[in-house]
Amino acid sequence: MTGNHGAAAEEARAGFRADGLDARLVVERGTRPGGGAAFRLDVTLTVAPGEVVALLGPNGAGKTTALRALAGLMPLTEGHLRLDGVALERTPPESRPVGVVFQDYLLFPHLTALDNVAFGPRCQGASKAAARAQAAAWLDRLGLAAHAGAKPRKLSGGQAQRVALARALATHPRLLLLDEPLAALDARTRLEVRAQLRRHLADFEAVAVLVTHDPLDAMVLADRLVVVEEGRIVQEGSPSDIARHPRTDYIAQLVGLNLYRGKADGHTVRLDTGPLLTTTEALTGPVYVAFPPNAVTLHRDRPTGSSARNLWRCEVGGLETHGDQIRAVLTGELPLAADLTTVAAAELDLYPGAEVWAAVKATQTHAYPV
Amino acid sequence: MTPTDKAGAAPGTLRDGRRLRIRTGDGRGVPLPLLLPALAGLAFLLVPLAGLLVRTPWHSLPGLLAGAQVWQALQLSLICATAATAVSLVVGVPLAWLLARVEFPGRGLVRALVTLPLVLPPVVGGVALLMALGRNGIVGQWLDSWFGITLPFTTAGVVVAEAFVALPFLVISVEGTLRAADPRYEEAAATLGASRFTAFRRVTLPLIAPGIAAGAVLAWARALGEFGATITFAGNFPGRTQTMPLAVYLALQSDPEAAIALSLVLLAVSIAVLAALRDRWVAAG
Repeated sequence: MTGNHGAAAEEARAGFRADGLDARLVVERGTRPGGGAAFRLDVTLTVAPGEVVALLGPNGAGKTTALRALAGLMPLTEGHLRLDGVALERTPPESRPVGVVFQDYLLFPHLTALDNVAFGPRCQGASKAAARAQAAAWLDRLGLAAHAGAKPRKLSGGQAQRVALARALATHPRLLLLDEPLAALDARTRLEVRAQLRRHLADFEAVAVLVTHDPLDAMVLADRLVVVEEGRIVQEGSPSDIARHPRTDYIAQLVGLNLYRGKADGHTVRLDTGPLLTTTEALTGPVYVAFPPNAVTLHRDRPTGSSARNLWRCEVGGLETHGDQIRAVLTGELPLAADLTTVAAAELDLYPGAEVWAAVKATQTHAYPV
Repeated sequence: MTPTDKAGAAPGTLRDGRRLRIRTGDGRGVPLPLLLPALAGLAFLLVPLAGLLVRTPWHSLPGLLAGAQVWQALQLSLICATAATAVSLVVGVPLAWLLARVEFPGRGLVRALVTLPLVLPPVVGGVALLMALGRNGIVGQWLDSWFGITLPFTTAGVVVAEAFVALPFLVISVEGTLRAADPRYEEAAATLGASRFTAFRRVTLPLIAPGIAAGAVLAWARALGEFGATITFAGNFPGRTQTMPLAVYLALQSDPEAAIALSLVLLAVSIAVLAALRDRWVAAG
């Protein structure tokens, strides 16, 4: 963080910051038969130096388009892009102080790890020897000194990812972009590389923006999440805030919550789809209500004398294993997901099409204003 | 041999005195209406080559090949074909890049024009070259009056004629390789600060080198065998413009044995080219 924190915050409040990233990215792609663009991305991003922001969203949401626009690989239809106060929207990619770690790394297959990393410094005018010395230092820093002479195809997924990171960092970017940085790795490597990447991102002093569809990657790696759906930002906030207060079905699913929208009147919420829900919080006006799937109890017969006030008649739409549990996807009065143990599922004799009663205690629900 | 070959041919083909039958991979016989024309086609391609080999005067071959005119023609052929390939590389690789990587109006038309010499009768190409680069040609008159350069009926003219015919082979081959190569490597280079030309030189070129090599060999072979455009544009002067194919044609009228010997040399060169490219085409089947 810079010393003049107060001034920066003031500028940020005024909608402008002198350092870091300040961008409104509008990109239109394709044309619809009736006129207008087939896809329109319109996102506003403000990121302070040292901050890591994750663009999180489903496939096709426009995350990668945003990243390519930031890198200059795709022109902006509208909007602006300022990095440390310098307007970059018309600057070609090779002249932007931007480093990119691509999803499949795109290490140059004909160059060694060392020469891959030296490529950037070399393009910036360093002599061959100086570029190689810098590259060696970066590889050393990322624990890859032993692999400097290896061609990319000889590197493991995790090593290739670090070489790609070293290659991007070697140009001293003021904006580091990472496109699905962990997607190409298998589950075990992923765990390890995620931890390493988190450390390296924490050390990085400029702006970092990463794109991912994996909520865990986003929450571990980023200080702030920006959720993008269909080209627009639908929610922004800290990982914990987003995990607790999802505002779209997509995020609710990602963080494993049942999410509904309705109108609250005291402890009762009438959901937009009709049913009533009793909550702990007393609110008025439009609200979201969320509860985890393991808060749902299922009964084959209507429970009597149950303390649960929230009771709905549903039908089993599908069953799937979810870790060591069974997740039942229910349709009917209130569509919801319920987690139960394998034993419980067997005892209840659940099968797709079976009728069940779903109950949720009010204390297990969480309501928050829209 | 692939497993299907074994499975198709092995069981019971000659057992119990049954007639040998050629079988397809799924064990069923090949219908005669397909088999006979196929064999006829194969024979049509192979019999002339066999004829060449059978009629080769093997005992007098060394003497025939040692003749000064043969070496002159061979040398000229090799030099001109190599020079034509070099010219094709210098202009052809950038042209292929332009066609593969840059969107511009009329790109399809340009690509069609580039491939035109592939289907154009080479003699027509030679006439066209005369009209363009001849002493009174639309470009040739300026070359002559400004620089004193005359191309027709010179060794340089041979190179021009061969390059005209060979260039499309190189462009098509390199463009195909470029299209197959991932353009995102160039984007990665750009984000590392490489200009488009630096990205081409340091990333794209090494990546497509095998395709360029294959295209160059193809262009070289085409240039080596070039006859029509060469004789039309450059004439047939021994030592200056008489390449191997022209020498073969000329020899056939006076000394057929010499023509056979010369043909044999060209055949050997062709087989060498095929061997060099076997990984790329022959093994594709």
